[in-house]
Amino acid sequence: MNVLVPLVVAIPLLGAALAIALGRRSRYQVAVSVLTLVSVVVISTILLVLVDQQGPAVVNVGGWQPPFGIVLVVDRLSAIMLLVSALMLLGVLLFAVGQGIVDSNRETPVSIFHPTYLVLSAGLFNAFIAGDLFNMYVGFEMLLSASYVLLTLGGTGARIRAGVTYIVVSLISSILFLSAIALIYGATGTVTLALLAERIPQLPGDVQLILGLMLLIAFSVKAAVFPLSFWLPDSYPTAPAPVTAVFAGLLTKVGVYAILRTQTLLFPDNPLQVPLMIVALLTMVIGIFGALAQADIKRLLSFTLVSHIGYMIFGIALGTEAAIAATIFYVVHHIMIQTTLFLCAGLIERIGGTTSLARLGGMLKAAPLVAILFFIGALNLGGIPPFSGFLGKVALFDAGVQVGGALSYLLLAGGAATSLLTLYALARAWNMAFWRPRRDVENYDSAVLDALQDDPHDEGTVKTKTTSPLMTAATATMLALTVSLTVFAGPVFDLTARAAADIVEPATYIDAVFPGGAP
Amino acid sequence: MSASLTLVIVMAAMYAAGIYIMLERSLTRVLIGFLLVGNATNLLIFIMSGRPGSSPIVTGTPLDDTMVDPLPQVLMLTAIVINFGITALLLALIYRSWWLAQLGDEGDTLTDEHAADTTEDSQITFRSSTDDEAAVQASLDASEDGSDDDSSGVDATDRSDERVPPPSGDAPSDREGGTR
Repeated sequence: MNVLVPLVVAIPLLGAALAIALGRRSRYQVAVSVLTLVSVVVISTILLVLVDQQGPAVVNVGGWQPPFGIVLVVDRLSAIMLLVSALMLLGVLLFAVGQGIVDSNRETPVSIFHPTYLVLSAGLFNAFIAGDLFNMYVGFEMLLSASYVLLTLGGTGARIRAGVTYIVVSLISSILFLSAIALIYGATGTVTLALLAERIPQLPGDVQLILGLMLLIAFSVKAAVFPLSFWLPDSYPTAPAPVTAVFAGLLTKVGVYAILRTQTLLFPDNPLQVPLMIVALLTMVIGIFGALAQADIKRLLSFTLVSHIGYMIFGIALGTEAAIAATIFYVVHHIMIQTTLFLCAGLIERIGGTTSLARLGGMLKAAPLVAILFFIGALNLGGIPPFSGFLGKVALFDAGVQVGGALSYLLLAGGAATSLLTLYALARAWNMAFWRPRRDVENYDSAVLDALQDDPHDEGTVKTKTTSPLMTAATATMLALTVSLTVFAGPVFDLTARAAADIVEPATYIDAVFPGGAP
Repeated sequence: MSASLTLVIVMAAMYAAGIYIMLERSLTRVLIGFLLVGNATNLLIFIMSGRPGSSPIVTGTPLDDTMVDPLPQVLMLTAIVINFGITALLLALIYRSWWLAQLGDEGDTLTDEHAADTTEDSQITFRSSTDDEAAVQASLDASEDGSDDDSSGVDATDRSDERVPPPSGDAPSDREGGTR
């Protein structure tokens, strides 16, 4: 099974090269990228099954032994992340292909889009399977470089403006990450995660704290944890719908994955528990207050995205096995639902010509299917039973109660309030956009609506565009996936519980990389 | 582990200067700041390899005490390559935003036509890329003239360089089509 591990990075990179070579033959290009991602989905499914049965898969690239060479490790957490992200990437790719067909590829220029998208996938997978910090950095840089291109696709004024914010913020966090790697290497003499897990606990406490904090800040910028989340709502919504969906679903979660991996493996004493919990509370509450004030659906969703990162940080801060299991489940749920909702927003924009609640109306008649998709997605994100959002939150709150303490209960209250406010914001959006009749949009008198903040760079209602059945089908399939996460929540939760058991016990990871004991 | 004091001072100065320059609003300065900070980080990695010694791995036993630590050099090399790529991208971005600033709103309509790339659209693509080049050229000329009517470079079909009349909503119709 070890042969399969490097393939999840190699295949997308080869696919990207082939897609560039195919240049203007868009049909072959589409075939190449779809095939590439389908094969990654298949490989990661096999990997997940095998890893779950036989324990972590470890590959020493080029035959160099771990502390000297590059080591790739797929444990249960990595395998789960690989499979979920490959599925999402494939779904969004199909959406983008559908959009390309009806637009004659204006919005997502196919010759640039497909190779870049595949490089992004490769970087993402590389970050998930990296067994050392530096390889993780390389994975981050791959996906970030690709994301710079995707975000500024077409190079219009609005996208360049949004792209500059995003790029500068990402650059600074990358530099911080690289500096942290340098300092960690200076302190321990290695960048291999498994060896670091042995050596970092031997360092003096304050050195550990500084190293942990540097990594945490670098990853928090990427995960959009308050107060480092200001860049996100300004940069994501301007990109084309499929790009925004991928960014929202996956790019922030790589940051969460990196925090989860480093905090549990390298800093198991959890010295930052209290600050992390406070930050998690602020992320949840301030994020959702931001969402309440938005009149633009895409901006509203961006703020709920920031807000719900707080739940995952809460789980990581608790650090118990139950909390980590709930966090992994929540990450899976959130990747799926946020991607789907942003695709729905893309459909709304095409059918309604805008995503501003002030100008949308009568969408229920115009697009009943999209109305259903958005409605179920909103209920799921808001945490209405029996959907997976509810199950994830209950598991998280349960873990919080087990830990106890005033701060923990405060976070439970904050989490419950956030969940209700999410539901309120999304239900209001659904009512305005879908339920309100078209003729009521003019001269609509509402104090609530007047108080909402529209997108500062809003360009007004544009011409509506047709949607292809493929776009709706891709969105519907992804929603079906989120619903199936609810149906199969039992087995999935068992899997995340086993993944969490691996993670809270770093010895599992270390033994996998160094079968004969760490040097 | 020991390190050269000179390197530490140089690194600190580069970090300080880089961060200071990055705080400017101008994108070009942000790029210069990024280069300084990025190279300061490379120096930091290099400092972590400890005292200077003989070349790594080339000769001698792998456990040679006088050998310099090779790993930071590998890390640095990778970081330099990544920085190089990002710098190229940032330069393109700066150029693009300068162009948009020159052309105003017209910049948006000009570029979207790059996107057309099915075979039947290729003719339009070629025409539009010629338009782009002409527009850039006209815009460059306009900025060299120091003339202050900023939209003078827009009329892409007009190749005569000096004093292009400002556009009065008569942009070629194939450029307006559909995208906005």
